Amino acid sequence: MLKTFKKGGVHPAENKLSADKAILKLPLTSKASILVSQHIGAPAKIIVNKGDVIKVGQLIAQSAGFVSTNIHSPFSGKVARIDTITDNSGYKKEAVIINVEGDEWLDTIDRSDTLVTENNLDAKEITDKILSAGIVGLGGATFPTHVKLMPPPGLKAEILLINGVECEPYLTSDHRLMLEKGEEILIGTKLIMKSLHVEKAVIGIEKNKPDAIKLLSELSKKYKNISICPLKVKYPQGGEKQLIKAITGYEVPSGALPVSIGAVVNNVGTAFAVYEAVMKNKPLFERVVTVTGQAIKEPSNFRVRLGTPVSELIEAAGGLPEDTARIISGGPMMGKAIASADVPITKGTSGILIISEKEGHRKPIGNCIRCGRCISVCPMGLEPYLLMALSEIKNWEHVESEKVMDCIECGSCSYTCPANRPLLDHIRFGKNKVSGIIRSRK
Amino acid sequence: MNKTLTIAPSPHIAQGDSVQKIMFRVIFALSPALIWSFIVFGLPAVYVTATSVLTCLIVEWLIQKLLLKTSPSIKDGSAILTGILLAMNVPSQVPVWIVVIGAIVAMGIGKMAFGGLGQNLFNPALTGRVFLLISFPVQMTSWPNISKTVVDAVTEATPLAIIKEGLKNGTPISELTQQIPGYSDMFFGNLSGSLGEVSAILLLLGFGYMLMRKVISWHIPVTVLGTIFIFTGILWLANPGQFMDPVFHILTGGAMLGAIFMATDMVTSPMTKKGQIIFSIGIGVITVCIRTWGAYPEGISFAILIMNAFTPLINNYIKPKRFGGN
Amino acid sequence: MSESLIYTIIILSTIGIAAAIILYLIARKFYVYEDPRIGQVEEALPAANCGGCGYAGCRAFAEAIVKDNSLADKFCPVGGNEVMDKIATIMGLTAEKKAPRTAVVRCNGTCEHRPKTHNYEGVKTCAVAAMNYSGETDCQYGCLGFGDCCVVCDFDAIHMNPETGLPEVNDEKCVACGACVEACPKNLIELRKVMPKYRKVYVACRNMDKGGPARKACTVACIGCGKCEQECKFDAITISNNLAFIDSDKCKLCRKCAPVCPTNAIIEENFPPPKNKETEEKLKTTAEA
Repeated sequence: MLKTFKKGGVHPAENKLSADKAILKLPLTSKASILVSQHIGAPAKIIVNKGDVIKVGQLIAQSAGFVSTNIHSPFSGKVARIDTITDNSGYKKEAVIINVEGDEWLDTIDRSDTLVTENNLDAKEITDKILSAGIVGLGGATFPTHVKLMPPPGLKAEILLINGVECEPYLTSDHRLMLEKGEEILIGTKLIMKSLHVEKAVIGIEKNKPDAIKLLSELSKKYKNISICPLKVKYPQGGEKQLIKAITGYEVPSGALPVSIGAVVNNVGTAFAVYEAVMKNKPLFERVVTVTGQAIKEPSNFRVRLGTPVSELIEAAGGLPEDTARIISGGPMMGKAIASADVPITKGTSGILIISEKEGHRKPIGNCIRCGRCISVCPMGLEPYLLMALSEIKNWEHVESEKVMDCIECGSCSYTCPANRPLLDHIRFGKNKVSGIIRSRK
Repeated sequence: MNKTLTIAPSPHIAQGDSVQKIMFRVIFALSPALIWSFIVFGLPAVYVTATSVLTCLIVEWLIQKLLLKTSPSIKDGSAILTGILLAMNVPSQVPVWIVVIGAIVAMGIGKMAFGGLGQNLFNPALTGRVFLLISFPVQMTSWPNISKTVVDAVTEATPLAIIKEGLKNGTPISELTQQIPGYSDMFFGNLSGSLGEVSAILLLLGFGYMLMRKVISWHIPVTVLGTIFIFTGILWLANPGQFMDPVFHILTGGAMLGAIFMATDMVTSPMTKKGQIIFSIGIGVITVCIRTWGAYPEGISFAILIMNAFTPLINNYIKPKRFGGN
Repeated sequence: MSESLIYTIIILSTIGIAAAIILYLIARKFYVYEDPRIGQVEEALPAANCGGCGYAGCRAFAEAIVKDNSLADKFCPVGGNEVMDKIATIMGLTAEKKAPRTAVVRCNGTCEHRPKTHNYEGVKTCAVAAMNYSGETDCQYGCLGFGDCCVVCDFDAIHMNPETGLPEVNDEKCVACGACVEACPKNLIELRKVMPKYRKVYVACRNMDKGGPARKACTVACIGCGKCEQECKFDAITISNNLAFIDSDKCKLCRKCAPVCPTNAIIEENFPPPKNKETEEKLKTTAEA
């Protein structure tokens, strides 16, 4: 019997079209836009000016607070201007626009492929390197990693969980990374363990990636205290709290941080980025992005410099299909439909998914028939139908007391509703309002 | 690349289930028992069912068109389902005009008065059925005699009625059991009653199908029947001379139909599993109370309606276990 | 027969009297003194319970007035000066005079002026849409067109025009309660001073982008060029964040600013049509066609 989380969950069709496509390098773009807000928390502060000549890996925007992080230039060339560009949601955000010239890297970065397995940095130095390299959670949440590595006083991490679940349908970037950079991920894991002072790490991988499970199990024999945990396929197992429950059996209390029960979760992509940052001195300026969709000619996995326009990735995968309805940044369950294909790839872009006209439109909304499916699929044990109804009538107090803040926005409720009710839209709105109310109380 | 893109918040895919599909799955699950009742009772049963379904559709359409001024939603199948369920709850001999009244009450008062699909407090089909039972007690309790091979006009009491009447007159149980059909007849559908009361096995077949297609969960039917079984079992063990055995109780009357198809109506049953179990225990206990001590031989329709009234309360107080809660 | 009748009467009367006594005693015990002026003030108020005064309803507003015993910062926009004067007499205070105001929607991004560039399919309310996306056009400041302002209006004074996709205010019905101002996530609605015959001159735009992108998104966007500012003799126009704003308290309705606007972002409303033969003829021919 494979491990999984107990409460709720759904099984969307997996559609991992690009699972056996090796990661390719994307040719460099000519004009890149680097958003300064690619992470959760305060936007970074730009430290370059128009006309500056920059190199790959150079710091261009500095962390502006504890929950914030650095941003490095993924390209060499000249700063064309500092301007606002539309982000995924269509709102204008500050960005550095770079005219790309050549590919000149900072000398400090080790560009060789040789595996570095040992170094003698201590925990503090590792965390500092992670902070200065601008590493954030690469699973999609983009929470600055160094914050996770510095638990609040009084709390101590006991176990490190590495998230190789990739429960979102279609996406295969983590899967490919595990197959191609398994050793590096394990070294990265080792580094995070050292920085957290934990003795045990578990890599959770869903059963639909047997090759990754096999390879990492083989490789992990060399590493003490790192084990692989195969998991049953179930969405949203990649959710932090669900993964902790699945592997350790413990539930993170409502409103508390995972580290309060001694667990810290990081994505495999993050572990790889940590390896590169610490062992190779390479800041986070590229990532693996899956470009996929039923109508895409060649679903592929690319290693992309951040700031490359989405349209270039789509071109590289065979061009935008005629009947495209939506372009999703991320997976189909939690990704964001983007308003234009000109937006740049950011640290949180795990995939680009093209949805065709046939599937890309919402069906007419029907009456709630109280079937209770939203309740039975909610992984957090909430009552989505009730939260939606309360949000609609703007009864924020009641929305709060029904634990709206526990919602992880996994979308299982909207996915499963037979009446096509936009449960999550309303719940997300309620959550937004309630968090505003909570903040104003402080 | 200058395409007009669609933007919407996540999730971007849906399971693809619809209310219509759910309704037609329930109708499909009901069909074996319905067809069997056509075979047993002949054409009158077909007339009753056709009248009931048609009236329900027309009433819903008219109310939405003329009163609510909303686009009619008769295509979703819920009116057809209500019509079939109402038909399965009346004897085949009942005059057609009574069925029409029942269907009007079911749709008009039971469903549309509350605002249509999903808004109603009480199961519409049962509302119609109970209205008829109270208004036309004679017609509603005259069942055709099917103990002979040919259906004839002589009416026959249901097993529950025989027992109830007999016990009231002081006839001992041992004598009464001679007058009722054997359990195998009850199980396979060879006894008298309303359209849907005849065959326990075909209703169970429908239950199996609905479980398989995940239309309903096992909680309500199993708990209702289990509660009836245990409660009547206790009574029977305490005094076998005064009470019938539990197997008799779950095989007769509307127990099966009620537990599998009426109590599980999504709109009027609680939404959490815990709530559903409380709801079902309530139905079981009330049913047995009415059957053994009440004025009516059969009580599951009243029991379901009574517990329907408690559904909002149960939904309000019985919460699912929160993740990371105490 | 008569006996039972008498008993019934006696028993019922006893119960009735006993209940009356209990009620009286309880009412005495829980009696709370209430300033009679609260009731009087409440009666003077229009009982719209719109919340335009900033309090939960008319009752709460009356309580606040009596409790503070002052009319500072308290104004009922629905009743206006007339009602405030009445309240002032009840309270023995003087009311501050306020010019009546009316709501104005500062966006003219009709389908023609501002083409749709994407198609939003989420929940069709402005609040939810604005939280997730900037809107269906390239202008992130403009009207979303889902009518949250119309839903909150208690006075039936604001309606969506299906042709333009923009809300329109009925000046005669608008009481300037401010409900729509709060409801608009894009802050497009402003309460402006009412001028004679509801005449108004205002910048129907909130686009704070620079000229280029603003024009690209919407042909009638304010590009912040400042021509109107130079034209205005009354210092009523200010430019900030690439956007012009006409202060309704200073504007004298001279209408000098509108013709100089290169993008026609300045709107004049409720003025008599210009008595120009040419235009009249044009209108006629178009009407005939």
